[in-house]
Amino acid sequence: MTLLATLLLSGCDTVVMSPSGDVALQQRDLLVWATVLMLLVIVPVIVLTLWFAWRYRESNTEATYKPEWTHSTVLELVIWSVPLMIIIALGAMTWVSTHKLDPYRPLDRIDAQTPVPVGLEPLTVEVVALDWKWLFIYPEQGIATVNELAAPVDHPIRFKITASTMMNSFFIPALAGQIYAMAGMETKLHGVINEPGVYKGFSANYSGAGYSQMKFDFHGLSEADFDAWVAKAKASGNALDRETYLELEAPSIDDPVTLYSQVDPTLYHAIFNRCVAPGQTCMEDMMYHSGMGQHGGHHGEADTGHEGHGKHEGHAGHDQHGGQHD
Amino acid sequence: MFENLDLTKLIFGRLTWDAIPFHDPIILGTFAVVAVGGIALLAALTRYKLWGYLWNEWFTTIDHKKIGIMYIILGLVMLLRGFADAIMMRLHQAMAFGDSTGYLPPHHYDQIFTAHGVIMIFFVAMPLVTGIMNYLIPLQIGTRDVAFPFLNNFSFWMTTGGAVLMMVSLFIGEFAKTGWLAYPPLSGILQSPGVGVDYYIWALQIAGVGTLLSGVNLLVTIVKMRAPGMSLMKMPVFTWTSLCTNVLIVAAFPVLTAVLAMLSMDRYLDTAFFTNDLGGNAMMYVNLIWIWGHPEVYILILPVFGIFSEIVATYSRKPLFGYTSMVYATVVITVLSYLVWLHHFFTMGSGASVNSFFGITTMIISIPTGAKIFNWLFTMFRGRIKFDVPMLWTVGFMVTFVIGGMTGVLLAVPPVDFVLHNSLFLIAHFHNVIIGGVLFGLFAGITYWFPKATGYKLDEFWGKMSFWFWLIGFYFAFMPLYVLGLMGVTRRVSHFEDQSLQIWFQIAALGAFLIAIGIAAFIIQLVVSFLRRESLQDETGDPWDGRTLEWSTSSPPPPYNFAFTPQVHDLDAWWQMKQHGFQRPESGFIPIHMPKGTWAGIVLSGISVVVGFALIWHMWLLAGVSFVALIGTAIYHTFDYDRDYYIPAEEVERIEAERTRKLANV
Repeated sequence: MTLLATLLLSGCDTVVMSPSGDVALQQRDLLVWATVLMLLVIVPVIVLTLWFAWRYRESNTEATYKPEWTHSTVLELVIWSVPLMIIIALGAMTWVSTHKLDPYRPLDRIDAQTPVPVGLEPLTVEVVALDWKWLFIYPEQGIATVNELAAPVDHPIRFKITASTMMNSFFIPALAGQIYAMAGMETKLHGVINEPGVYKGFSANYSGAGYSQMKFDFHGLSEADFDAWVAKAKASGNALDRETYLELEAPSIDDPVTLYSQVDPTLYHAIFNRCVAPGQTCMEDMMYHSGMGQHGGHHGEADTGHEGHGKHEGHAGHDQHGGQHD
Repeated sequence: MFENLDLTKLIFGRLTWDAIPFHDPIILGTFAVVAVGGIALLAALTRYKLWGYLWNEWFTTIDHKKIGIMYIILGLVMLLRGFADAIMMRLHQAMAFGDSTGYLPPHHYDQIFTAHGVIMIFFVAMPLVTGIMNYLIPLQIGTRDVAFPFLNNFSFWMTTGGAVLMMVSLFIGEFAKTGWLAYPPLSGILQSPGVGVDYYIWALQIAGVGTLLSGVNLLVTIVKMRAPGMSLMKMPVFTWTSLCTNVLIVAAFPVLTAVLAMLSMDRYLDTAFFTNDLGGNAMMYVNLIWIWGHPEVYILILPVFGIFSEIVATYSRKPLFGYTSMVYATVVITVLSYLVWLHHFFTMGSGASVNSFFGITTMIISIPTGAKIFNWLFTMFRGRIKFDVPMLWTVGFMVTFVIGGMTGVLLAVPPVDFVLHNSLFLIAHFHNVIIGGVLFGLFAGITYWFPKATGYKLDEFWGKMSFWFWLIGFYFAFMPLYVLGLMGVTRRVSHFEDQSLQIWFQIAALGAFLIAIGIAAFIIQLVVSFLRRESLQDETGDPWDGRTLEWSTSSPPPPYNFAFTPQVHDLDAWWQMKQHGFQRPESGFIPIHMPKGTWAGIVLSGISVVVGFALIWHMWLLAGVSFVALIGTAIYHTFDYDRDYYIPAEEVERIEAERTRKLANV
């Protein structure tokens, strides 16, 4: 069956099994090793099941029949210890790899042979999952895009991810594993793309009506092509300020790719803190006033459990909510 | 709310004619079929004057055997609905490529996958598992009924009430478009202002009352009502696994009730537990629902492990290998099932140490589970295996389940989960364990105990047809989903661009059709067996040469199960009695004290459905009135002191003499 599966898989484009980014590649290797390790016990079990079923069938009177045999200490030891050994090995692999491939951890290598050169800063991209499209803000370049992402090859990327309302999951299978995009929280992901090309990116967590169309192309570009791509965005003449963001934020499906030549540098921070619209109190300030909170720690899931005071005046969503109960 | 009182609104809430899906030909067609079928059924019941019989013998019964059978009928009926949803999804996904948008609009497709998940877990797997436990536990532990017979009837009707609301949502309004766990913020009032999520909440809350009370009931039954001599380590394995499952139910379902209550408060009362703003946090919901949700999968699989244990021992003609380690394995799984919930959301940004912890605890569960598989394997070893239909399901399960177990452990490795989370690989995994484990086990169990419940065996030929179509259909339907998952395809997508995926979806659709034939064969099997019941009759009460106490009584058992409470000396009590030349007592009978049927369960459940419906549609007047009626009826019922009766000794003697006569014929 494994052989058959391998044969079948080689025939089609299984991006998870043949990714183009170093992180996804390590995740693929882990998948393969874990499978092999488990097959050590799975294959014998399947073979033994079928063999015993055949061998000890009722009509085979030649086979030994021991109607009272119910216990064997040796066998019991084996059947508990073999899985135990495998799980110890797999558990060790899990512990090490989970820490090594922690999406929050900055990369220390570009690929298996190349460590990250000293002084090479990762490219920062701020990702916002909107209903139902992706907004990418490049704070260092001062540009933003909708439904298109680009990055230079062999250059580590640092994603900071949040959402406007729905819970989505930011996933580019060729690049690295996914991480959720959630409103009022920030998650992080590090990755690097090693081959130029166009890769699929999408939301991997169902988020309502426009979910199936919530996808984008991720372009892995040479440094020169990336600069040209940034220049193209710069030349687009669109500006993304708070007002245009609030228009963009309204739910829509199947949005075209849009490039923005400039972007309000405080925008991402305001989205994450849920205070883009005029008059809203930022979450971090609420927590500051209530004297309980602190800014999001390493893992960025800002503790939103404390509400001091201050009603969200003028929050469109809240008005709508009230409308339900008239 | 009351400044400008609108009478229509007060009475009908937000229910208007728009709520009836006249515009949707698929739903309308379904409704027509259901309506015609329903009317025909009601007419037939009236024509043959069956109402009184149904009411007296079934609806109001407190006999655990009849309640168990009703649970199983509920589960099988809902299986048809859940499977109809499944095949609609498979067809749609096989079509919806490129320019073709498939035949389901997204808002309908989204309801279907939500309904499929909810129905299959809450209204198929749960009733079937509960039904088998209900039927068997008292028989296996040698007692006359469960600890709280009325509660049992009430639990069943509450579960059914939830299923009724679920079915109502198909024709009046809509169901949730949120996925089967209804994560906020999507399930919040801002993003889902319609009635769909409210149907979800109230269907589960009403059914949840039934599940929880049934859990309490069976737990107490096993702990307090075992036959003399049956110490814990002499309990049949099925009873052991049921004990653990009911512990899990009692500990886990209140969490579901609480989390759904908080979601309702967010939706109805403007609280902010799980909202994006005002200090709410959706991740709290995700944590809580999985603290219920993960034990839930063990609630389903543990009793089924018990079923397989009984079957493999009976048909291998050997006692179960390693009974003690089987019991400890079950207990270990029970405890560990509470320590793994976070593996459902490694990708929400927990730290590496947290993720590793939950990944490793998950893998540890595979050790006792593996031990169980080996125990079944070595029960077969040096046995004399008779390949009746239940044994076929068992071998099919062992081969299929280990594959699902392996992919489950893969998903427990966090970095691997980062690339497979929410993918069709995950879908393939859990169907692999739920179909290949739970469902195969339920079919095995139904076939195995069918003669006990009805007095005749199931037809072999159609049973084998059903098995092979299910088995092969399963592989065709779900192996392509593993491949699609590795191709980076996620769940719940209603339209695809990449044409190269289509062939895999078409193979999966073919698999679903094979499964449809499997289901049809099962139904044919029930009909054929009923028609041939004379020749398939079992007069011994012990058609498979069984090992546990349920086989010591007649098929079907008398209302009182056992004329005399059996005395247990050993594990496999009935086998041991047979070995020692047990003689059935044929005289000395005494009157038997039995509980009496009551109308209260079905009436309370009916009123609960009305309360739920009123709350869903914001019919505040009706909600208030029916809630008062619910409480009033419950109180009124407590004044009903006429709750028991005695079966006279002569009646017992007559029934037992009849059995003696039948046994003499064998």
